[in-house]
Amino acid sequence: MLIARVIGEIVATQKHPSHEGCKILLVQPLNLDGTDRGAAVVAVDAVDAGIGDRVLLVTEGFSAMTSVGRPQSPIDMAVIGFIDHVDLTGPAGG
Amino acid sequence: MYLGKVVGRLWATVKNANMQGQRLLIVQPLSPELKPSGKRLVCADWTGAGAGELVYWCRGRESSFAFLPDEVTTDTTIVAIVDSVRVERRGDAPAPAPGGPENGARLHPGKRRE
Amino acid sequence: MILARVVGTVVATRKDPRLEGKKLLIVKPVSPEGQDEAGYVVAVDTVSAGYRETVICVSGSSARMAEGCKDTPVDTAIVGIVDNVGLD
Repeated sequence: MLIARVIGEIVATQKHPSHEGCKILLVQPLNLDGTDRGAAVVAVDAVDAGIGDRVLLVTEGFSAMTSVGRPQSPIDMAVIGFIDHVDLTGPAGG
Repeated sequence: MYLGKVVGRLWATVKNANMQGQRLLIVQPLSPELKPSGKRLVCADWTGAGAGELVYWCRGRESSFAFLPDEVTTDTTIVAIVDSVRVERRGDAPAPAPGGPENGARLHPGKRRE
Repeated sequence: MILARVVGTVVATRKDPRLEGKKLLIVKPVSPEGQDEAGYVVAVDTVSAGYRETVICVSGSSARMAEGCKDTPVDTAIVGIVDNVGLD
């Protein structure tokens, strides 16, 4: 899973039936320092995320398909959570 | 999945038995701003997309699930034709004031050519 | 899938028994225009591709879906011989 930011939305009329009724998001994976990590990707939305949200992105098919309840479908990435807060200081507090 | 644009077509008479009749297209991956990003690749096509169309495509074993119950040997499949992309890149800045101009570009790719 | 050109063969006598009888070819990625690109990969041939031919390669677990590669330890399969590439 990766930390990512939602940067856009895609509208597609002609799409695979397994994607119907799902929001299709453009998400930019992030490094831990908040900088962009590689290219932006297209993911199916499982949590009703919107532009600007910092989210949890799963990049593996099985997890992505099942999170939107569409097993055996051509889905390889999904947004499956909102990130409230990331703590890198460890248990000792730094 | 990834954004891309159909830039060509490929013909192959001799194909694995699990790919017979499969349309194969050449796709240029694109950034959200619709600039080319990365190398062109060959995709199977579920949608019937044509030259110049904006699409998104799926990678990996999952991409072959588009054709179930047929077992098609593919690792990259076009699964949708994109009508429009709305991009708003912003950092941790708060959302724009309500009623203000939209913070971002609304990009409408050229619709199909025929 | 990627486009690649067959540049050689690999002979391996001792190998996983599930690979026995399979032809292993060395392929180098090429651009749609036919220009060589960096890197190489060893792929299982399912279409009797020949030396210098441009082929289509499927990678990852999808490679095992190719006819003749079911339940075999294969991560790249040659699944087509390219006749022609049309670019806009």
